[in-house]
Amino acid sequence: MGAGHAHRLYRHGHSPVHALPPHTKLAAALLFVVVVVSTPREAMWAFALYAVLLAGVAHHARVPAGFLLKRLLIEVPFVAFAVLMPFVAEGEQVRVLGLSLSVNGLWGAWNVLAKGTLGVAASVLLAATTELRELLLGLQRLKLPPLLVQIASFMIRYGDVITDEMRRMRIARESRGFEARGVRHWGVLAKSAGALFIRSYERGERVHLAMMSRGYAGAMPVIDEVTASGAQWRRALTLPCAALVVCLLGWVL
Amino acid sequence: MHVPDGFIDAPTSAITGVVAAGALAVSLRGARRELGATSRAGEAEYGGERTAPLAGLVAAFIFAVQMLNFPVAAGTSGHLLGGALAAILVGPYTAVLCVSVVLLMQGVLFADGGLTALGVNITDMALVTTVVSYAVFRGLLAVLPRKRRSVTVASFVAALVSVPAAAVAFTLIYAVGGTTDVSIGKVATAMIGVHVLIGIGEAVITALTVGAVIAVRPDLVYGARGLRQRLRLRVNGTLVDAPAPTTPVAARTSRRTLWVTGLVTSLVLAGFVSFYASSNPDGLEKVAHDKGIDEKTEEHAAAGSPLADYGVKDVSDARLSGGLAGVIGVGVTVVAGSTVFWALRRRRSADVSPVDTGV
Repeated sequence: MGAGHAHRLYRHGHSPVHALPPHTKLAAALLFVVVVVSTPREAMWAFALYAVLLAGVAHHARVPAGFLLKRLLIEVPFVAFAVLMPFVAEGEQVRVLGLSLSVNGLWGAWNVLAKGTLGVAASVLLAATTELRELLLGLQRLKLPPLLVQIASFMIRYGDVITDEMRRMRIARESRGFEARGVRHWGVLAKSAGALFIRSYERGERVHLAMMSRGYAGAMPVIDEVTASGAQWRRALTLPCAALVVCLLGWVL
Repeated sequence: MHVPDGFIDAPTSAITGVVAAGALAVSLRGARRELGATSRAGEAEYGGERTAPLAGLVAAFIFAVQMLNFPVAAGTSGHLLGGALAAILVGPYTAVLCVSVVLLMQGVLFADGGLTALGVNITDMALVTTVVSYAVFRGLLAVLPRKRRSVTVASFVAALVSVPAAAVAFTLIYAVGGTTDVSIGKVATAMIGVHVLIGIGEAVITALTVGAVIAVRPDLVYGARGLRQRLRLRVNGTLVDAPAPTTPVAARTSRRTLWVTGLVTSLVLAGFVSFYASSNPDGLEKVAHDKGIDEKTEEHAAAGSPLADYGVKDVSDARLSGGLAGVIGVGVTVVAGSTVFWALRRRRSADVSPVDTGV
């Protein structure tokens, strides 16, 4: 845990977007994605406008385009899936460069690509401008069950510890000449997973006892209560409201 | 398998979101009891406090184990999904919670799986895998002899079934709310075909992992609790059953309020959301209708069913019929889901083991 408590996706900064209370940002991102998903896919220009809106937010938050684009790579598997769609979908066929493609499939591929990319970009921006602890506080403010938020915070807090434990076990295996090459080595990996489970669970028991001895009674005290003023809500909700206008235009036109 | 935004249409996402929220509410209550009595029966009354740290650490474990790649063939490798493993190791309720939290964090933090598709992802990967695998596991344990080996065998089969089950669930969700009209047959073939292969890897690793944990800390394996022997004392040369310690009775809070609220919310949402959703025909349906190519779609297996095409037969008003179909769909889901949970709960309360000393 020596690497600080900021996660890799967070980009430290002091922009107006960073300064917004976390729950307003969460609500804004969620509403934005809901609006994007309910836009008709025939309105291609609407998606371009959404992208411009997100780019505006990124500029406002001083998140460089390269960072954003690199993080977008996570959806590559779905791009592969989307590329496949025009070939397997049914219905009217159209010939492009000698290939017979389905019109519905092309629309479907466009739909998944556009909405998926915008969704990923929105969550990347959210994660890049909100600190982890803030994000959890925001989830709690948005009335997620406190127990769920606590579980999530424990997972985040100990995720690195457990991952590190797994990395050490891998190094120990490799330093003894082990290299997983095929099915025959699954047993070793499974034993590692079993050992990792026992260590995680026992660590959980120790953490619980340590917390009990410090007076934990089932709820974490909230030290810094986050509140949002009306102005902050208005600023955060500018994005989904602008998107909603675009979406309505998309339905009307 | 994380579903991105825009893959499933908005009403279906909303309905699966409601299903996921209901499942989470039930699991939050169930997990308290599961974790309260996992390793030390006497501490059951501390269940509420133990839940967060233990479930959190198990979630971190699942998160880490999903990064454990195992080589499949030359060059390719797969990774564990962990639903079945978690259900067997810590119990179904905790497993649903842990996998859901992992999915939530992956969606919000790592942009892996869309925010609006969270409901789909949780229903598919957290709920279906866990419930199916645990039901299969319990069913097999009831049939097989009470030995350690049967736990390993049962977890193999449970994991093997759980992954294609998730694929089937995804196909069903896609059939209801998919945004592209790839024929359901093709989706099903591709999804289930691939996932049967993944399921074999998952099954082997899950069974071996459960076996490894049972060998060291059998008391930690939730699924193997039935294996515990009764504590017997030798008194004056004869073996006598030790008196069972009084297990604290879990406070039975009103579950009815929760059920009624959940049910009413989902019914209202389903009816309301699809009321608006079905007011316009989907762009594709319209195109298909205009071009006259929708005659082919008669082959759809569910076309003759009373709920086909999101409408109830013999109800002419499109909006009303769409809403009604949504309500009926939610009703069926809730009834099916609660039957499973009720059955599991009955089964569990039946085999409460009085003493937990070594296996």
